[in-house]
Amino acid sequence: MQFFQLLISGVAQGCIYGLIALGFVLIYKATETVSFAQGELMMLGAFGGLVAMTMLGMPYWLAILSAVIAMALVGALIEMAVIRPILGQPAFSIVMLTIGVGYVARGLITMIPNIGTDTQALPVPYKDEIWKLGGLILNVEHMVVIAATGVLCVLLFALFRYSKLGIAMQAASQNQLAAYYMGIPVKRLNSIAWALAAAVASIAGLLLAPITFVHANMGFIGLKAFPAAVVGGFGSLPGAIVGGLVIGLVEAFSGFYLPDGFKDTAAYIVVLVMLMVRPNGLFGEKLRKKV
Amino acid sequence: MRFIFKTEYAQDIGLAKHEGHVFWYSVLVLSLVAAPWLFTEYWLAQLTFVLIYSIAALGIMLLAGFTGLFSLGHAAFLGVGAYTQAVLTNMGVPFPVALACAAGLSAAVGLVVGLPALRVKGIYLGMATLAFGFIVEEVLARWESVTGGNAGIHLKKPNVFGWVLETEIQFYFLCLLLTVVSTLGILNLLRSPTGRAFVAIRDSEISAQSMGIHLAQYKTMSFAISAALAGVAGALYAHKLQFISPDQFNILQSIDLLLMIVIGGLGSVHGAFLGAIFLITMPQLIAMFKDYLPAVVGQAPGLQGVVYGAVLIAFVLFEPMGLYGRWLKVRTYFEVFPFYRKGMFKRQKSFQKSDRLK
Repeated sequence: MQFFQLLISGVAQGCIYGLIALGFVLIYKATETVSFAQGELMMLGAFGGLVAMTMLGMPYWLAILSAVIAMALVGALIEMAVIRPILGQPAFSIVMLTIGVGYVARGLITMIPNIGTDTQALPVPYKDEIWKLGGLILNVEHMVVIAATGVLCVLLFALFRYSKLGIAMQAASQNQLAAYYMGIPVKRLNSIAWALAAAVASIAGLLLAPITFVHANMGFIGLKAFPAAVVGGFGSLPGAIVGGLVIGLVEAFSGFYLPDGFKDTAAYIVVLVMLMVRPNGLFGEKLRKKV
Repeated sequence: MRFIFKTEYAQDIGLAKHEGHVFWYSVLVLSLVAAPWLFTEYWLAQLTFVLIYSIAALGIMLLAGFTGLFSLGHAAFLGVGAYTQAVLTNMGVPFPVALACAAGLSAAVGLVVGLPALRVKGIYLGMATLAFGFIVEEVLARWESVTGGNAGIHLKKPNVFGWVLETEIQFYFLCLLLTVVSTLGILNLLRSPTGRAFVAIRDSEISAQSMGIHLAQYKTMSFAISAALAGVAGALYAHKLQFISPDQFNILQSIDLLLMIVIGGLGSVHGAFLGAIFLITMPQLIAMFKDYLPAVVGQAPGLQGVVYGAVLIAFVLFEPMGLYGRWLKVRTYFEVFPFYRKGMFKRQKSFQKSDRLK
């Protein structure tokens, strides 16, 4: 029973990592840049939901929807304001830029009176409920995370497989120049990719908020999503979810079976081993630079 | 405008290009030597921190600015150096020996981390070093018998073979000496074939390899030297604070180190120093001006983060060459006055180079 209990909490945690990693991968695939602000976008999303629910008094679903849409707009705005002007610069400049964006986001949140500096609980309808299934005690919050991740994956899969937009994004991510020649508006697609990544991140934040709490530093969990993205292979969307699950499970089990201290470092040990054994990740494409 | 007529080959690689360099750097060194009598005790302490961070910045500049390898876990090397120094000093080992051990151990750890660097590139290297940084931080926190765990560890005063450096001024001169030595070391390294090889690797790995540069050897060497300098800086940092704990060497410290060289100016030795000055003086400036801001903004705990983030964004967007690049532009403006044109330092238009094979 203990085993299944750990399994479920590991999967739920892994889903959160996977969702944030999905954001990295979306942005990486579209623009070949790595965003270090993903965790902060998630934090902003959670705060958006909190503000919509407690201060504006919106009902649950409306609050979720408006938070996600607002974050998508924020993501697109960030892309247009700071990322687009320096596309084509070395990857490292963009990494530093997104670190800067993350710093600014984290700092600005603390400047909002009453909300920013406190730790708050997100009032969701399923708070503190549990299901009993045989000997298993299922936390509804965990089940919601798993279910929502599943639904989101199906939606994203459908988007990339069947919609014109998704196919255009795939084309642009494979070869920007050729896509541009084919009449695909690559710049606008980059904005959409950022918007999508921010929306996914805010969903992750809203799912995570009932489990942890809403506070300015919750974005640091994004640093655990990097290992997830690397384990799955940085350029692969299913890889991000699988990587997240791997990291979540390893963390849950090492926290229980291994001595103290392994829980926090397990993700990083896994990623170091992965980089040495299979640098391209589980689902990554083989890269070789041509002259 | 100054024209330099070279009459000897040695002039090409000379440390000082002309008499102006000799004069101004002498003035700089003399004023640094006179600093203890010019500044108050508080500002002398800040200056000591600038020197300590400059040493770390030189190391990470060599790695990131000259070899093109980015480390997101450099605080780990700082931590290894600091803890080695702390443990050895408390065992009664003289300062120079302990410092050599701190540098050596950091370099050895750097070698180990450099090994994955041979297989992975770009962002994957960033991930590997990030992961490594977290692991070192956790080890420092958990290995309680040696490091004292999260409670931290206190240090004795530095002891140079029986001569104890009691005062702040003596310690300042120690830092100054080590900074000058490491700066000269880096400058010498950069004009040697090894340094040229680092720059070649940064600019194009494939052409460097075609020219007969052993990539693996030089990349690990760069990692090791960089880690050794970080170790020295860490040792001095530990002595300066006289108390260290694992959370001083976390990811934020690593990001601060990177921020320092990006704002200072990637790929210039001056940049390392300018970045260190920025990193140390910025909190002071913020503290000075925050009383004039509205209370909500001024008293927010995240104010420093916002300022750092905004400055970082502004530099990456508008001045990718950092503070040193800005200084070069200002200097050129006055040197060629009134013939400065807008496009003189125009960024080369580069198109996105895909790493993907398609």
